[in-house]
Amino acid sequence: MNKVLTHKDVLDHLQSNATIGIGGWGARRKPMSLVREICQSDIKDLTVVSYGGPDIGLLCAHKKVKKLIFGFVSLDLIPLEAHFRQARQNKEIEVMELDEGMLQWGLRSAAMNLPFLPTRVGFGTDVLTHNPELKFVKSPYKDKESFIAMPAIKLDIALLHVNKSDEKGNTQIIGPDPFFDDLFARAAEKTFVSSEELLSTQELGGKDGAIFNRFERSLVTGVVHSPCGAHPTSCSPSYGFDIRHLKEYSDSAKSFNDYADKYMNKTHQDYLESVGGTEEITKIPLPQF
Amino acid sequence: MSDSISLAEICISQASKAWQDDGEILATGIGLIPRIAAGLAKLTHNPDLMMTDGETYLISEPAPMGKRDSSADQVEGYMSYSRVFENLWGGKRHAMVTPTQIDSFGQTNISVIGNYDSPKIQLLGVRGFPGNSINHKNSIFIPNHSIKTFVEGEVDMVSGMGYKNKELSNGIFEIKRVITNLGIFDFNGKNNCMQLLSLHPNVSVDDVITNTGFEIAIQSDSITSMPSSEELVLIREVLDPQGIRNTIFGE
Repeated sequence: MNKVLTHKDVLDHLQSNATIGIGGWGARRKPMSLVREICQSDIKDLTVVSYGGPDIGLLCAHKKVKKLIFGFVSLDLIPLEAHFRQARQNKEIEVMELDEGMLQWGLRSAAMNLPFLPTRVGFGTDVLTHNPELKFVKSPYKDKESFIAMPAIKLDIALLHVNKSDEKGNTQIIGPDPFFDDLFARAAEKTFVSSEELLSTQELGGKDGAIFNRFERSLVTGVVHSPCGAHPTSCSPSYGFDIRHLKEYSDSAKSFNDYADKYMNKTHQDYLESVGGTEEITKIPLPQF
Repeated sequence: MSDSISLAEICISQASKAWQDDGEILATGIGLIPRIAAGLAKLTHNPDLMMTDGETYLISEPAPMGKRDSSADQVEGYMSYSRVFENLWGGKRHAMVTPTQIDSFGQTNISVIGNYDSPKIQLLGVRGFPGNSINHKNSIFIPNHSIKTFVEGEVDMVSGMGYKNKELSNGIFEIKRVITNLGIFDFNGKNNCMQLLSLHPNVSVDDVITNTGFEIAIQSDSITSMPSSEELVLIREVLDPQGIRNTIFGE
C-alpha cells in the first residue's frame, strides 16, 4: 500500500464547486502548501469549511471561494484577516457563520453519519437570523425542550497538515493540540494530508508514537511529503508562525500582485527557498501567549 | 504607592473580583487586562480557579505576561480546544472578553459592523460567543467606553445572546461584571438594565451617560476602590513584571 502523492496529484481529486474542509486553527498547522496548490489551479467556486486563518485569506485573494462555512478567520497575533475582510466587505463570498462549537457539531454529525446533532448554541443570536436553513428539533423526552438541529457538514475533501506519516497514511500530530482534524477527516469522502516527515512505519515509534495517531489510515486517501508545509502558519513542535511573513501577507491585501510575484506560482521547494528555506523556518520559535 | 496607581491597575483589581465566587471553574481572560485580572483572582480571591498557559495546558500558577521560561510552568492538566468546548458546554467556565459592541440587553458583537450582507467592517466572526453566552457566565472589559461600544438599540450582529433571551439558556445567562475605562457596572438594575456601581477617579456620572448609547441606572456614583497593596505587588512583580498593562491606556 502506497498513498504517497505529489501536491499536483491531489488536484486530480478536486473539482470546482466541491466542498472542502481545511484542518488546523487560525494561524496554526494549516496545510498551506496544498492551499497554495489550489490557488495556482483552475479550480474555483469552492465551499470551504475552516477554523480560518491564512488558508481562507489566500483562497479569497485568489477568488477560489464561493461560500465559507466558518466561526472566525484570524491570524492570531494579527486578529483580523485582511484578505478575508476584503472579500467579505466587497461581497465576493457567501457565508454560513456559526459558533465554533456548532461547526464542530456539524463535522461530528457528518463523522457519525447522522443528519444533525442537537444544541442550544445559537439561540438568542443572529446566527439563526442569518442561517434561516437551520431547523429545530424537540426533545421526545419529558423535558420537551427545543434545540437547534445542527446539520451535518459533509465534505468532499479534507486537507490536513500533520507532523509525521508513513506511506500507508498512518499519521501523527505531535503538537499538543490536534484541533478538530480528526473530525474533518471523518466528515470527508477523501482526506489528503501533507506531512512534515515521510517515514517508514517502524520509524513512527511504535506504541509511544501511536498515541499521536489521531485518526485511522483508512480515512487517508493520499499523503504528500511537505516539509515546512504549514508555513507561514505554525507547526508545533517544529516551528512557530512566521510573524514577519504573516505581516507582509496581511499588508498585501491592498495590492496583492507584489506578494503573488514573490511567493505564488511556485513549486513547494521554490516557495520554501523564497521564504528562507527549511533551516530558517525551523528556527522560528513557537509563540508564547 | 497609592499616588502612582494606574488606571490599568485599577481595572485589573476590579476585573479580578468577577471570579471571586466562582469556585473551581476554568477562568479565561481574553486580552491583556482580563488575563492579568484572572491571574490576580487566582492569587487572591479564588485560588481554586483553573487557568491555561494561553495555549493547551492547565498550569498551577498564572502565566506572567511577556516572555517567560515556559518550561518552568507547573503543568497540571490538559485543555485543547476540544476540551475547552466540552468544558464550556458543561458550564464550568467564566470568560472575560472584549466585544466590539454591547447593547442594553447585554447582547455582544464581534462579527461585523454595519449591514450583515454588506458589512462596513468585517470583524472576527462570532467565534465561541453564542456558545459561551448560553452556557456560562461572562464578564466584559472595555478599554474605550463610548457610544460606539455601548450602542443604542441592538448590536449590529448579535454574537453573544442577551438578557432578553435569558430563558433560552435555562436561566444560565449572566454578565457578571463590566469593567471599562470609566467605571464598574453590572446588569442587575431593574429588568436587567446596566447599572453603574462606581466611577473611576476623575470620571463623572455625566461622562458615563454621554458615552453610553442606552439608558443606564445609577446604583452608586462612589469612586472605585483602589487595589490593595497586596494586589499591587502581585500585579507589578508577579503577573506583569514588564509593565505591559500600561500599553492599554498609554500610561
